Amino acid sequence: MNNNAFHKIEQGVFYALVAAIGLIALIGMGASYYMEEHGHVVTGMNNQIVWGMPHVFAVFLIVAASGVLNVASIGSVFGKTVYKARAPLSGLLALAMLAGGLTVLMLDLGRPDRLIVAMTHYNFKSVFALNVFFYTGFFAVVAVYLWTMMDRKMNGYSKYAGFAAFIWRLALTTATGSIFGLLVARQAYASALLAPMFVIMSFSFGLAVFTIVQSTMYKWNGLVLDEAVRRRMKNLLAIFVAAVLYFTVVYHLTNLYYAKQIAFERFILLDGGIYTALFWVGQILLGTIAPLALLFHPNAAKRGRIVFAASSLIIIGGMCQLYVLIIGGQAFPLSIFPGMVESSSFFDGEIHSYSPSLPEFLLGLGGVAIAGLITTIAVRVLHFMPSDDFHHVDRRTIAD
Amino acid sequence: MSDSPNKSFTGKAAGFGKLLSRGWAVLLAATFLTVALPVAAHDDEGGAKAGQAKHIDAKGDKCVRDVAYMRRNHMELLKHQRDETVHKGIRTTQYSLKNCIGCHANEKTNSVIGSTDGKDNFCQGCHNKMAVKLDCFECHSSKPKAVSGDAMHPLVAPSAQPDGKDKQSGLSGKLPHEGTPTFYALAGVKDRMRWQMQAKLAGLNIGEGVK
Amino acid sequence: MSKVDNSRRNFIGAGAAAAAGLVIAPGVTLLDMANARPAGEAASSAKRWGMLIDSTKCATGCDDCVSACGKENGLTSTGHPQTDSQWIRKIELKEIRTGKSHSLPMLCQHCAEPPCVDVCPTGASFKRADGIVLVDRHICIGCRYCMMACPYKARSFVHEEHHDQNPDVPRGKGCVEACTLCVHRIDKDQLPACVEACAAGNHGAMMFGDLNDPNSEISKRIATYATTQVRADLALNTGIRYQGI
Repeated sequence: MNNNAFHKIEQGVFYALVAAIGLIALIGMGASYYMEEHGHVVTGMNNQIVWGMPHVFAVFLIVAASGVLNVASIGSVFGKTVYKARAPLSGLLALAMLAGGLTVLMLDLGRPDRLIVAMTHYNFKSVFALNVFFYTGFFAVVAVYLWTMMDRKMNGYSKYAGFAAFIWRLALTTATGSIFGLLVARQAYASALLAPMFVIMSFSFGLAVFTIVQSTMYKWNGLVLDEAVRRRMKNLLAIFVAAVLYFTVVYHLTNLYYAKQIAFERFILLDGGIYTALFWVGQILLGTIAPLALLFHPNAAKRGRIVFAASSLIIIGGMCQLYVLIIGGQAFPLSIFPGMVESSSFFDGEIHSYSPSLPEFLLGLGGVAIAGLITTIAVRVLHFMPSDDFHHVDRRTIAD
Repeated sequence: MSDSPNKSFTGKAAGFGKLLSRGWAVLLAATFLTVALPVAAHDDEGGAKAGQAKHIDAKGDKCVRDVAYMRRNHMELLKHQRDETVHKGIRTTQYSLKNCIGCHANEKTNSVIGSTDGKDNFCQGCHNKMAVKLDCFECHSSKPKAVSGDAMHPLVAPSAQPDGKDKQSGLSGKLPHEGTPTFYALAGVKDRMRWQMQAKLAGLNIGEGVK
Repeated sequence: MSKVDNSRRNFIGAGAAAAAGLVIAPGVTLLDMANARPAGEAASSAKRWGMLIDSTKCATGCDDCVSACGKENGLTSTGHPQTDSQWIRKIELKEIRTGKSHSLPMLCQHCAEPPCVDVCPTGASFKRADGIVLVDRHICIGCRYCMMACPYKARSFVHEEHHDQNPDVPRGKGCVEACTLCVHRIDKDQLPACVEACAAGNHGAMMFGDLNDPNSEISKRIATYATTQVRADLALNTGIRYQGI
C-alpha cells in the first residue's frame, strides 16, 4: 500500500491551504457574531422570509453529508470493491459536511447561546427535535463505521456498521425532508413527497461532492483515477440526477392538478422573477440537463474534467433548487382566506421580498469552509485516500 | 446559614423589626465585604469600592429569604417562579423578578442594571464581579413598573423605607472590624469560593427550563 | 393574594356605562370578580379563553385594537416594517368574485391543536391549560420553525434589541413572540387590551370569554350565530372565531 501518496502534497502548500480555508471559516464565525450582536435585522431575513441564505447552505450541507456516505454504503452494504476503497473518504466527508451544516444552522439561531437548551429540552412531536437526535447519532454511527474500516482488527464488523450507517442516513434525510414536508400551512411544503425527494437529492448532491473532492485529491497527489472507476461513478451520478428530475416533475405535476395550488405553481414556474429564473436556468438547465449531457458525453469516462464540470454544475443546481424550495416557498404569501384578496401592513397577500445580506452569505460559506477544513486536515493526518489496488483483480468485477 | 423561609416576611416594619434590620444590614454588608474586598483589592480604588459596598440597593426591610440564602439560590427561586408563572399562570409575587426589581432598583436611576454615580447597580454589580452572565434583562425590564393602582411593594410601604444613611450608621456601630480588609478576606475566603463556584454553575443554567 | 384592583373597577364602570345598549355590553363585564383566579392557583383546563370577532362591525381604517396592543405590550415601530413584530394586524379582504370587502383583526388564533406547538423542538411553544398559546422565551432558541408552521402568520421574530419593556411583558432580541391574549391581564381578571379598546371605542366588534362555559356570552353567541374558524380546513379548532365573513 502506497502510504506516501497522502504526503505528496507539499508541506507548504498544505499549510497555505489550511490557512486559506481557516480564514474563510473565521470570517464566517465573525459574520455570525455580528448577526448575534445586532440581531437578525442585519440579515435579509424578516418576519416574512424567516429562513434565508444560511438555511440554504445548511440544508445543502446536511443533505449532501448523508448522501456522500452512499459511496461507503455501496461498498460495505452492497459489496462493491471499487466503492469500498472510497468508503473511508466518504465517511470522513459525511462527518465534515454535517459538522459544517449544523454549525451554520446553530449559529443562525436567534439565541445560539442557548444550544444547551436545544440539547436538554425535547419536544418529541417535533421533527426538528427528532433531527437533533438523528444528527448526533449520525456522528456516532459514522465514527464507529470509520473505526471498523480503518482498524484492521475491527474490519470484520465493517459490514454491519456500514449497514447501520446506511439505514441511519436514510432515516436522517427522510427526517430532514420532513422538516418541510410536515408544514401544513404552506403551499410549497405540506407534501410527503418531500421526504423521498430529499433522499434522492442527497444521493445526487453527495456523489457530486464526493467526485469533486476525490478528483481534487488525486490531482494534488499526482494520481490518476482509473477510467473504469470513473465510468461507474459518473453513470451512477447521472442516474441520481435523473431521479431528482423525476421527483421534481412529479412534485410540480401533482401541484398543478390541485386547483388550490395553481397560483403557487404559476409563481414558481412562470412569473416568480428570481425564483422562476433559478428554477429553470439554475436547477433545470444548469443543474440537470447540462450535467446529464456532460455525463453521457462519449468522452466523459476518459476525461476527469468533464465529470468534474458536471459535478460542479450539479452542486450549483442543487443550491438553486434549495433556494427555490426554501426561500421561494416562503416568498409566496400564505393563503389565509382562500378565495379572497388579502392586504395588510404585515405584507399579507403580496409576494415577500428577500435580499440576502453579506453576513448571512458569509456564515453559509463559513460552514462550507469548516467542512473543508476538517476534510483537509483529516486527509493529511489519516489514511483516507482511496487506493485502488485492483489492477491485478478481475476487471469484470469493476465493470459490472 | 438557614435555608428556611423567613417567617417574619410580612411587610410590617415595627420597631423591633427596625432593630432587627440594623443587624440585618450589618450581616448583609459583612457578607458583601468578604466577597467584594478580595476582588477589589487588586484595584487601585479597592478601599473606596469596599466602602461603597456597605450600601446595598434595597427599599424594603428584609429580603424574602436571608441574604446568604439569596446569594446562593436566588437564581433557583427565580427559575422556579418563572416556570410557574409562564406555564401555569401562577403569579404570586414573593419570588417574582418584578418584586426583586421593585425593591432593589437604584433610587436614582430606578434600575437594577447599569450604574449610578460610577457604581454598578444591584444585579449588574454582583454579576460583573462574579463574571456570571446576566441574561434576564435582555427581555425583562430592569425597572419597576411605573406606579399605578396595582403597583406591588409587598415588603414595605414606601414611607417605611429605611434610608442608606441609617444602614451605614448601623454598620459602623455594630461591626468593630470594619475597615480591616484582611479580617474579612480571611474569614470569607472559603465561603466566597463556594459561592463563586455555585454562581458559575448556576450561570450555566440561565436560560434553561426546569424540565 | 387577591388585591382589589381599582383601575379595573374604574374601567369596568366607565366601560359599562359607555357600552350601554350595545349587544356586546354583557361581554365586557363577563369577567366577573367572582371568577377571579387567586394568584397562587394554576390556570385550569376548565376554562378555554377565546374571542369572537364580528367583522361586520369592524371598520376599514380603524386600528384601535392594534394600537392598544402595541401600547400594552410595548411593540414599537423601529422603522423596519419587514422585521417589526405584529401581534395583531388589520387585514383588508376582498372577495374575488363579488368584490365584497371585509376588514378584520388577525392575531394568534390560539388553536386547540396548534402547529407551532407541534413543531417547536424545545417545547418553548406551548399551550396553557386554559387554551392560551404562548412562547416560553426562556427556552426559545430562535429557530423560527413555528413561524414556518403557523397558517396565520401570527408569529414574529424579534430582530433587534429592545429596551424599556413593559415589566409585565418581557420581550427581547432573538426569540419568537406572538399575541399572548394579554395573559398578564387575564390573570389579573382584566380583558385583553385589544378587546378593551374595541369596546371603549364603542365598536363592539370583539368579544372575549370562556368557550367552555355554555352560559358565557361568547358561547351563547357562537351557539346562536354562524361563526367561522379561519383555515377551518386544517381542523385546528381555533380559539378565535369570526362572524360575518
